[in-house]
Amino acid sequence: MREETYRSKPDMTVNIAGVELKNPVMTASGTFGSGMEYSEFVDLNHLGAVVTKGVANKPWEGNPTPRVAEVYGGMLNAIGLQNPGIDVFIERDLAFLKQFDTKVIVNVCGHTEEEYLEVVERLADEPVDMLEINVSCPNVKQGAIQFGQDPGCLEDITAKIKRIAKQPVIMKLTPNVTDISVMARAAEAGGADAISLINTITGMKIDIEKRRFVLANRTGGLSGPAIKPVAVRMVWQAAQAVKIPIIGMGGIASAEDAVEFMLAGASAVAVGAMNFHDPYLTQKVVDGMEQYLMRHNIQTVRELTGAVQ
Amino acid sequence: MKKKTTMTVTEIRSLAEGIFSMKLRYPEGDAPEKVLPGQFAGLYPNDPSKLLPRPISICRWEPDSGELQFVFRVAGAGTASLAAQKTGDKVDMLGILGNGYDLGKLAGKRVLLLGGGIGIPPMVELAAALNGIPGSEVKAVMGYRDSSLFLTEELKKYGNLLIATEDGSVGTKGNVLDAVRENGVTADAVCACGPMPMLRAVKKFAQEQGIPAYISLEERMACGVGACLGCITKTVKTDSHSHVRNARICTEGPVFDAEEVEI
Repeated sequence: MREETYRSKPDMTVNIAGVELKNPVMTASGTFGSGMEYSEFVDLNHLGAVVTKGVANKPWEGNPTPRVAEVYGGMLNAIGLQNPGIDVFIERDLAFLKQFDTKVIVNVCGHTEEEYLEVVERLADEPVDMLEINVSCPNVKQGAIQFGQDPGCLEDITAKIKRIAKQPVIMKLTPNVTDISVMARAAEAGGADAISLINTITGMKIDIEKRRFVLANRTGGLSGPAIKPVAVRMVWQAAQAVKIPIIGMGGIASAEDAVEFMLAGASAVAVGAMNFHDPYLTQKVVDGMEQYLMRHNIQTVRELTGAVQ
Repeated sequence: MKKKTTMTVTEIRSLAEGIFSMKLRYPEGDAPEKVLPGQFAGLYPNDPSKLLPRPISICRWEPDSGELQFVFRVAGAGTASLAAQKTGDKVDMLGILGNGYDLGKLAGKRVLLLGGGIGIPPMVELAAALNGIPGSEVKAVMGYRDSSLFLTEELKKYGNLLIATEDGSVGTKGNVLDAVRENGVTADAVCACGPMPMLRAVKKFAQEQGIPAYISLEERMACGVGACLGCITKTVKTDSHSHVRNARICTEGPVFDAEEVEI
């Protein structure tokens, strides 16, 4: 009898730093806008959280085109964090997202420490559930990635953000480091409430006919299924290194991929580049994870976290 | 409303070297209410290593049969896989995307349609739409590399057609504007789709003539729905989305008033 109950209704809720999500499926920053564009395809009420595209203190123009290129099993992007700045974001994008019964996680970007702090401060009294700090964008020349590649800098900026943030803080880590566990520990030491990984892996594509770089920025961030094994490995390594929750991402294309990240140690997952392949994917991952739990007669999705043996 | 739909290939044929025409039919009851000339769709290659939809402009929309015709050039492995589809095969499509030509602004006018190479296909749907508006006149000038022409019969149905070829084998030797000048073509507005150097020349031509130019831009795209900000074009004024000067080609475009973009 009890077994039948579990079969019909697994518990999909997860808790990240005190914030309860209805399920562990989020959107990866930069692949879902501020939810508006994909709300034509997916009922945002069904997602655990919407993670917005990075927002800075002022509008950013981003990089010249071409900004995107397809590669085998993935894509490169060098958008350069084009965004409308915090004022328009609050007025338009945040107002839009608040119509939905989902958690809102705002991705924050900046060139300098002051710029990050300004955005965090502006968001303090806004209806935002969590902040994700992008210290790992490979496509912005000044700042940004330095914070994410030096453990001392990462700990320092995490601590400074934590001092003024009113929402739980997720530090988003770059995979472009020698040892991800060092970076995970630095974020934890700085007081991060959670970490998310991986951001894109720096890559390059050359047009051999024209003998030119395909991207105007020359290098770009690699995402998509091509990076998934690297991401799963890094989530597992980070999970061995820290106690704070981990949001796992990198090439998730199915519910099975999401389960893999959970087993590696993630408490929640994010769907990224594959939204471009299938705009309905986030919903499919939610449904598929629920079916996986039923198939294996698992009571709660939380049991999956770190359950690899 | 945009959606990803599994379409059925009802016709596939080669029109010229490397140029293919593919007709895709909507499942019963799934067809959109309206398709505007200049809009496009994202066609997914049947190859799991290729994730992104290929943005391809709509050449014809046949509402009665629920069929869209696409004419595309094989530019790489993705479009090659589309060209290798057979009648009856399924192709996933994201559509209908973007904003087309504003027919309201073209109604009752003598409209010069300029297409260059693989920019020619959307001109067919535009010519057909304008032909259906009383008082509008279509003057089409299409530019090809050489004598392997395509879509000329379709275009002739809706108005006068002049041809330019790079090698001079058919019509005027040179580009579409050489043909316009050689034949003294005049118009009240110009609509164009083609390579960037052609569009820059068209913008200049329209300024000289004092007539509006509506141009269709292309760029490498990822999402096709305005989320990723991959396919932007520089604009003269601050854009409504990011409040910089970058319009999204997939969403605010692909058709722009030439005076509003910096190309």
